[in-house]
Amino acid sequence: MYARIFGIAAVAACLAVPVFAAVALGDAAGSYTISPASSSIRFSIGKAGGGGLNGAFARFKGSIRIDNSDVGRSQVNFTIFPESVGTGQGRVDAFLRSDAVFDAANSPEIQFRSTSVKRTGDTTALVTGRLTARGKTFPEKFTAELGGLKSGTIRFHVTGKVLRSRYGMDVGTPIYSNVVNFDMTLTGKRR
Amino acid sequence: MPASITNSTTRYGWAAIVLHWLIAAIFVGQFVLGFVMMRVSSQRTAFELIQLHKSFGFLLLGLVILRIAWRLGSAAPSLPRSVGPLERRAAPLVHFALYALQLALPLSGWALVSVSMLEIPSVPFNLFVMPDLPLAESDAAESFWAAAHWYLAYAGIGLVALHFAAALRHHFWLKDAVLTRMITPLSDQDAE
Repeated sequence: MYARIFGIAAVAACLAVPVFAAVALGDAAGSYTISPASSSIRFSIGKAGGGGLNGAFARFKGSIRIDNSDVGRSQVNFTIFPESVGTGQGRVDAFLRSDAVFDAANSPEIQFRSTSVKRTGDTTALVTGRLTARGKTFPEKFTAELGGLKSGTIRFHVTGKVLRSRYGMDVGTPIYSNVVNFDMTLTGKRR
Repeated sequence: MPASITNSTTRYGWAAIVLHWLIAAIFVGQFVLGFVMMRVSSQRTAFELIQLHKSFGFLLLGLVILRIAWRLGSAAPSLPRSVGPLERRAAPLVHFALYALQLALPLSGWALVSVSMLEIPSVPFNLFVMPDLPLAESDAAESFWAAAHWYLAYAGIGLVALHFAAALRHHFWLKDAVLTRMITPLSDQDAE
């Protein structure tokens, strides 16, 4: 999807100089496999009185396909393994893995499948898709910002808000916010 | 015949009676709730029961402070003449210990949630955020206050049982008014 972005960036290169201005049109197009080692999926949930619960998923997999001719036909899919949740507090992790939240034993995967990709700026896009967790599927939106592309490696910063109550994970509200803030760095290696 | 709010030298007014039974119900309820919440298998139910236990704990603390202020401002009626010398000495000690435990239990619970590394906010009945006590967080401090809260709870319920047995003894054995005067408030007519 960033093919067109790069094209425009290249054209506009002498006015503004985006970091990827040097990237040629066809360079970003292609299929990428998300590399967990250089990616992260972090989340935070605000809590009453300030502060919040911060955590990350250690295990996930996914792919990014950037269409050469039509950005809208680009695709992002990823699967998170909630068993790998980590907050720095073992008791909190056990709680999150239990049937109080993820029920990781019975629902071992959280899946996102993009349904549309819309360019919103030189380096940004709105990715809409279907998120499935604990057997429930709802449309969700994420904002993706291109962080860089070099030698077959593409990097995105992805943010989005998800209402956990819809997925049967409303435990602890309103002490803990219903809104889960996702902050991901996804690095893809060209296949 | 309106009930008197304050105590007299022989009878309790309704404020003391309402506070007594309200606190008694919450105190025993908190013991049962505390016992259940630590043994329930569902983590979700446990979390919710613990938050409910915290809510009632803060309510208890507020009521106990009110009750102690009331007790200091409105002297308790004296014991009937029939009460023997041993019980005359023991009763105020047990009553003092009961007051001390009513205070110590919610305070130790508050300390426990304040020092816990889990940092779960206290929001009594989802109404407002109760700040933590200014104590340093650590797993060791949490273990200490958890143990303190547990021992105080068993000491408290033991004293309640003793207090309850003494009340039944007064009513059924000694057949005096010690129990009934904690049920029927002094009326304004009696006070005149």
